[in-house]
Amino acid sequence: MIVFDGVSHDYGGGALFRDVSLRLEGGSFHFLTGPSGAGKSTLLKLCYGELLPSSGTITLMGQNRRAMTRDQLAEARQRIGVVHQDCQFLDHLTVAQNGGLPMTATGRRLLDADLGDLLVWVGLAEHAEALPPTLSGGERQRAALARAVVAAPSLLLADEPTGNLDWDMSQRLLLLMIELNRMGTAVVIATHDLNLIRFAKAHVNARVLRISARKLTMAGAEL
Amino acid sequence: MSAAAISGLVVPRAGQSVWLVVFSAAAMGFLAVFVLALATSSAQLARGWEAQLAQTATVRVSAPPEEMEMQTALVMEVLRTTPGIAEARVMEPQEQAALLEVWLGPDLPLDALPMPRLIELRETPQGPDRQGLRLRLSAEAPGAVYDDHTRWRRPLVQAAARLKGVAWGALVLIGGVTCAIIALAASASLASNGQVIKVLRLVGARDRFIASAFVQRISRLALFGAALGTAIAMAALWALPELGGDALGGTAQHMAGIGFQGAGWLLPLLVPPVAMGLAFLASLATAFHVLRGVT
Ligand SMILES: Nc1ncnc2c1ncn2[C@@H]1O[C@H](COP(=O)(O)OP(=O)(O)OP(=O)(O)O)[C@@H](O)[C@H]1O
Ligand SMILES: [Mg+2]
Repeated sequence: MIVFDGVSHDYGGGALFRDVSLRLEGGSFHFLTGPSGAGKSTLLKLCYGELLPSSGTITLMGQNRRAMTRDQLAEARQRIGVVHQDCQFLDHLTVAQNGGLPMTATGRRLLDADLGDLLVWVGLAEHAEALPPTLSGGERQRAALARAVVAAPSLLLADEPTGNLDWDMSQRLLLLMIELNRMGTAVVIATHDLNLIRFAKAHVNARVLRISARKLTMAGAEL
Repeated sequence: MSAAAISGLVVPRAGQSVWLVVFSAAAMGFLAVFVLALATSSAQLARGWEAQLAQTATVRVSAPPEEMEMQTALVMEVLRTTPGIAEARVMEPQEQAALLEVWLGPDLPLDALPMPRLIELRETPQGPDRQGLRLRLSAEAPGAVYDDHTRWRRPLVQAAARLKGVAWGALVLIGGVTCAIIALAASASLASNGQVIKVLRLVGARDRFIASAFVQRISRLALFGAALGTAIAMAALWALPELGGDALGGTAQHMAGIGFQGAGWLLPLLVPPVAMGLAFLASLATAFHVLRGVT
């Protein structure tokens, strides 16, 4: 699904990480941890093609990222759900319209009932007609997750999806992602929350990647 | 919700670029209609002068009073036998007086003045062999001068043609300025909606979808603005002759010269769709240019 081969990234002030090689297979479940500023968000941005690697090759959905046209990138993204760390929305559209965007903005049919069920699942049914700027931080994250999964993507990239949520809601959202993973979606969750990782490991065969000291490593069995 | 419906919603409705587009399209539409009127009326004027002058000519016979009748008869004979002349008519002294009255006033003692005799000609569309006619006239009646009005016609027709050229040039300029303003408005609109573009790209929308959402919005605003400007300009043109007639007296004729006639009133109706087309192209080019900067 996504293959990194000897990837380095550098924003201009020295390499953030070097020589990262990684395979994200269909149906896999990964956590991505590491200290703040280590480059977790950057790695996810490389995964959905927002950034180009400074060196090395990234293959997205079977295509070399560098060789992809803008339309090919758009098509690849139609199969990738993203929860941005700062949850970006179209602030003048309602939560429901934002949630449906991955379908409606790409010409795919969205059933109102499906969107309704999803909003109920993330606990936003009452806020369906609200505008994003009126939501709390946690509500925004839930709306962002709803948008990320609405198109039943083959790959879900979630950047701190539970950062602003209480433990109950965190569990609830994690279960939603685990449910999706059982239906075949590959999941990558960037998080600092070790409890979340432990909880997930009880339900799913999750692997933990760790970025630190400019390297990506597979975390040990201590978690 | 369908793709078409969401495409109409993703670009926020508010924003200064809305007024920029509507106002500039209205102003340009207004100007375009006036210049169009100028272009068509100058074309009409040129055609009118051309037609009026092209097939008429005069022969002026100057001779001592005792020879006048004979020379006039000789000239008429020459004209009758010249191919290309449809009709020749000796003007009555009263008609000549009426022509001169405009210049010299009504109390002219015409009988006391040695007046040349005027013969009015109507030529066939091919016209006579002018050089040959002049030669024959000078042989038969030395006091006769053939005048085909070329002297008058040429500068008038040239002036009208130039006016028409200037008007079309102005139309092209107006179109160009409209394109430039719309492109500016489009890039302002795209720049102030960076978040919209980013989110749409993030969820996998193609450039075509994003661009068309902006282009749709901007072309519609341009259509609305240009229609407004066109309507105001047409109303103004419609009111122009009356206004001139009542308030400005003598200039009425002149003012009434700019405008549309009959089916010509349909011509300015092309302005709004053309403005929309220009807005479409300008904003499309701008949109794709801006989108290249967003992954
Ligand atoms: N657009 C950018 N330009 C320059 N530097 C950047 C840019 N984005 C991020 N960085 C830098 O790269 C480093 C890694 O950022 P990144 O957002 O990937 O970290 P992170 O691991 O996600 O951190 P956190 O856990 O706080 O979210 C940071 O030091 C950040 O300042
Ligand atoms: Mg981050």
